[in-house]
Amino acid sequence: MARMKFLCDAERCIECQACVTACKSEHEVPWGVNRRRVIVMDDGLPGEKSVSVACMHCSDAPCAAVCPVDCFYTTADGIVLHDKDLCIGCGYCFYACPFGAPQYPQQSAFGVRGKMDKCTFCAGGPEPTHSEAEYVKYGANRVADGKLPLCAEMCATKALLAGDGDVVSDIYRQRVMRRGGRPQTWGWQAAYGTT
Amino acid sequence: MSETTVSDVQRRRRRSLLWSLALILSLSMLLPTLGYVMAQTGQEVQAQAQQGFGPERATNPRSDMWRGAREGQTGFTTQTGPYVTNTMISNVGETWRQFRMGPLITYGAWLLGAALALVVLVYAVFGRIRLEHGRSGKTIERWKFYERCVHWFTAGSFVILAITGLSLLFGRSVLIPLMGREAFAAYAEIGKLVHNYLGPAFSVGLLLLILMWVRHNIPNKVDLAWFKAGGGIFLKGRHPSAGKLNGGEKVWFWLGVFVFGLIVSISGFLLNFPIFGQTRETMALAQAAHAITSLLWIGFFFGHAYIGTLGTEGALEGMTTGRVDVNWAKQHHDLWYEEQIARGARPQPAEATTAKTGAGAGTVGQPSH
Repeated sequence: MARMKFLCDAERCIECQACVTACKSEHEVPWGVNRRRVIVMDDGLPGEKSVSVACMHCSDAPCAAVCPVDCFYTTADGIVLHDKDLCIGCGYCFYACPFGAPQYPQQSAFGVRGKMDKCTFCAGGPEPTHSEAEYVKYGANRVADGKLPLCAEMCATKALLAGDGDVVSDIYRQRVMRRGGRPQTWGWQAAYGTT
Repeated sequence: MSETTVSDVQRRRRRSLLWSLALILSLSMLLPTLGYVMAQTGQEVQAQAQQGFGPERATNPRSDMWRGAREGQTGFTTQTGPYVTNTMISNVGETWRQFRMGPLITYGAWLLGAALALVVLVYAVFGRIRLEHGRSGKTIERWKFYERCVHWFTAGSFVILAITGLSLLFGRSVLIPLMGREAFAAYAEIGKLVHNYLGPAFSVGLLLLILMWVRHNIPNKVDLAWFKAGGGIFLKGRHPSAGKLNGGEKVWFWLGVFVFGLIVSISGFLLNFPIFGQTRETMALAQAAHAITSLLWIGFFFGHAYIGTLGTEGALEGMTTGRVDVNWAKQHHDLWYEEQIARGARPQPAEATTAKTGAGAGTVGQPSH
């Protein structure tokens, strides 16, 4: 069985935020909740890189490990999903996740957060596929239609790749072999020098 | 002749001794500095070696960004929201996960089990501490109505908070197999709500307890003697003196109510009000402190609850009716009893209170002394 993975090629990402917009639009994600975000490292400095980050769908997911009500499950495709009907909004998955993927609609006194929301790899949730309940709680289910996540499909520079981990890593390996791994052979430094 | 040779020998010996000392001292200071020589030459060798390699042999600058990200370096993001972070990879989460799912759950369970076992063991070995002279039939006031109200409010919230808190920690391994996921999630949802709203009220109860009872809990020499005598439980036939509160109760007050209470209240506040921009590091640390302290406190609480109810005959009624038997007071808090009598407190006949409880009525008429 394929293991679904995201990969963001930092040498190609141009921080256009199309993935973020696509995700927001496709799943009608409410204000303040961000299933995907672009992080710019060394912003404004030489060597600046941007990376689009969402749920990494870990094989050994820390969110699933710490969840007190055990609401996470991994699909046969290796996609980490959760059941919002079970979620109690304790915030533990947010503390445990290295990538800051779990989000909540609220942040208020007495630990009121609402149900956790995160990237579903466009694979919906435990509700019946393509049902209204599934769309409202988890967003569109593109994987059931044989489509890949919209963020990656939308990516203009093909920086963000999604799909079977083996295929994704093959594509990336070919890229690295063609362009070389070092700045002096490819990219900004090759064109404009090392400064 | 001989005298001069002897003094010569002595002088020579002294001189050689001085020189040896000087040599040892100077060498002991000089020799360790040899390291600098080594480092100096080492740097030169390294510099020469680096000249020999072209830039293609140096570390890849492109990996520096990933190295930084892995170490928790923050970036910039345009997205906004209460849970949006500009950290690409946060390291605290995995550490916290390992701590919570490993030592906390394992040792926490052992700690509670050991505390319970200890209580059972003490009961099995030493049994209930009886009233040695039975009931006198006269009672004296020990706790005022408002003191009992605050005590039972705090105690009740403690039990509810402990049950809901332990459910969150152990529920997945203990309750989900029994109740199923749906039922447990429904219970945990309510439990979390109760825990979060009752917590602050519990902290207020703790504050009132501290304000009410701090004056009874100043440690003194009587407490030392009380501990040496095993607190009247562990050494039979010894009656250590005690004031209004004995050494053990003072430890419960200072370590339990004061120290544990303070840690649990502060960490609980941080967890319960995530609206001041607490980082995930702060939250993970607060959760760890909250959980460790709560587990220790619950273990300690088993002891307090046991001694106050099953472990000591005639102790519980002090906190329920507010009055204790005179013989109980003489046996357990003799100094306090004498002080109360000296202040003019008059023991009252017990009929009025024991008639209501019924259970103790049989012994009322038959004081054994």
